[in-house]
Amino acid sequence: MPIPGFLLIVQPMTLQDRAGQVSSRRIRQIILEQSRRAHVGHIGSALSVADLIAVLYEKVLRISDPEDRERDRFILSKGHAALAVYAALFLNGRLSESALDTFCTDGTTLGVHPERCLPGVDFSTGSLGHGLAVGAGLALAARLQNSQRRVFVLVSDAECNEGSLWETVMFAAHHKLSNLVAIIDLNGQQALGYTEQVLALPNMKERWQTFGWDAHAVDGHDRDEILATIENLDIASGAPHVLIARTVFGKGVSFMEQQIKRHYLPMSEAEYVQAMTEVDRTL
Amino acid sequence: MRKAFIRTLAELAGSDPRIFLLTGDLGFLAVEEFSERFPDRFLNMGVAEQNMVGVATGLAEDGFLPFVYSISTFISMRPYEFIRNGPVHHHLPVRLVGIGGGFEYGNAGVTHFALEDLGLMRLQPGLTLIAPADQQQTKSALRATWDMPGPVYYRIGKDEATIVPGLGGRFELDRAQTVSEGEDLLMVTAGSIASEVVNAAEILRRSGITTRVVIISCLNPAPAEDLISALSEFDLAMTVESHYVTGGVGSLVAEIIAEQNLDCRLIRCGVSQMPDGVTGSQQYLEHRHGLSSEAIVEAALAAINTNARSREVVR
Repeated sequence: MPIPGFLLIVQPMTLQDRAGQVSSRRIRQIILEQSRRAHVGHIGSALSVADLIAVLYEKVLRISDPEDRERDRFILSKGHAALAVYAALFLNGRLSESALDTFCTDGTTLGVHPERCLPGVDFSTGSLGHGLAVGAGLALAARLQNSQRRVFVLVSDAECNEGSLWETVMFAAHHKLSNLVAIIDLNGQQALGYTEQVLALPNMKERWQTFGWDAHAVDGHDRDEILATIENLDIASGAPHVLIARTVFGKGVSFMEQQIKRHYLPMSEAEYVQAMTEVDRTL
Repeated sequence: MRKAFIRTLAELAGSDPRIFLLTGDLGFLAVEEFSERFPDRFLNMGVAEQNMVGVATGLAEDGFLPFVYSISTFISMRPYEFIRNGPVHHHLPVRLVGIGGGFEYGNAGVTHFALEDLGLMRLQPGLTLIAPADQQQTKSALRATWDMPGPVYYRIGKDEATIVPGLGGRFELDRAQTVSEGEDLLMVTAGSIASEVVNAAEILRRSGITTRVVIISCLNPAPAEDLISALSEFDLAMTVESHYVTGGVGSLVAEIIAEQNLDCRLIRCGVSQMPDGVTGSQQYLEHRHGLSSEAIVEAALAAINTNARSREVVR
């Protein structure tokens, strides 16, 4: 039986008028529009990574074809922010508007968490602590095959609670997987509380450096800084890389920012109007 | 069986550069035949099974055939969710190699007794589940399955010497292998406990009871047709497995009997409770848990007597 997502893909050029540039604002608008339509939460988590996703999909990832074996790989290990990725796939013309509008409907391949069967998604995630290990395997495979492809894995700070993540942190450093780039969405929040109160992870940059990674603290909403940092990474040799991206949960919507309850809660109609008004004013 | 597996894997790797062997810091005096011949395709991943399966998943995604080696308990349970969400969900050719089924680690204790690996792996759709009975069948099973699409779990015994009489190393995917013929009782088994079952059948034969012994070395895909055919010919069957009595061979046979509405009583012989911490040699533990040939004979005689009485009552 055909998988719906495959049928909904259209050629990139036909979407330019409706889609356009992969901007942070457009990503945030789509996150709000689709969350409102589907009446689902995880909005704050997706808004938190909107600028990181925008930079990756507009400037960084070398993906001419989602099945090209030499493409860069991207794993959204914090799978609950998948809506930000769907928005980017739509904006760069890899997902049709009608496909995007199936988000969280019956029979869709666009669920709350991303699935590999959707072209453009490199690995199904949703269980935290898994994506970085798979990314390390992809990076090792690229090295063994003398490929120039790079592997980017976006993890959440709460995901660093998972012991499995630190297994991979050790492995990637030991084997100097310099083509592996982890990005931590350091928004300081998790489902039921602030990370500082739940399971404190201070000195994140130093932690990764101690484990042997090339670590960089960046403002996760400063697209120029994110891009410049990634462009300066030595992908060919040395340690694996991590960007400790300081972010604000719910960034762009004042009543969501740093609000724990916004991990799960969907928006009311009035909240949606206010949120869109605020996001429309952002860059 | 470990050495036979690794030797065969090394032979295959000689002609297939996709084969990669990862170990969770285990395999002393077992993996060297591969690691010394293919140092560029061997990695000791350290004691980190979740990462090992995750990395193997990434390698498989990009064209490698990664074999992931550890003790059965460690490779089947610690990274179980990584197996489910990785190679099973993504249909990737990761090979999980679990050493030592049941009580094969003897004195090492409960943490090393693989009593649920077959059940856990049988739950996962699309995962091929292989439990060879001896080192000859280990070789043929690996040669028949090494490049299959999708994930494979191999439960590999530690016994390098025992050969199951009548098996001759035969292996076919989704087929059962009959190693002795008889009329009074059908015994179905899998894995390295098969030699105990064959011994039990021989003891019974000397008492005038003949037993057909069927080995199912591939639990998924299950040898359904062969089992239906065999179970249709007997009114009493006994499964024997070095595993909890639930989830493995006994459950598989029970499902077939029920779904096919077969007129065959089933006695499941396996481990019924979590071992209490009392330890000893493999032979001691197998006897303690009803899996030595003597214990199997005892269970078979009891089953035959009970079955005969109950059939008498029905008549």
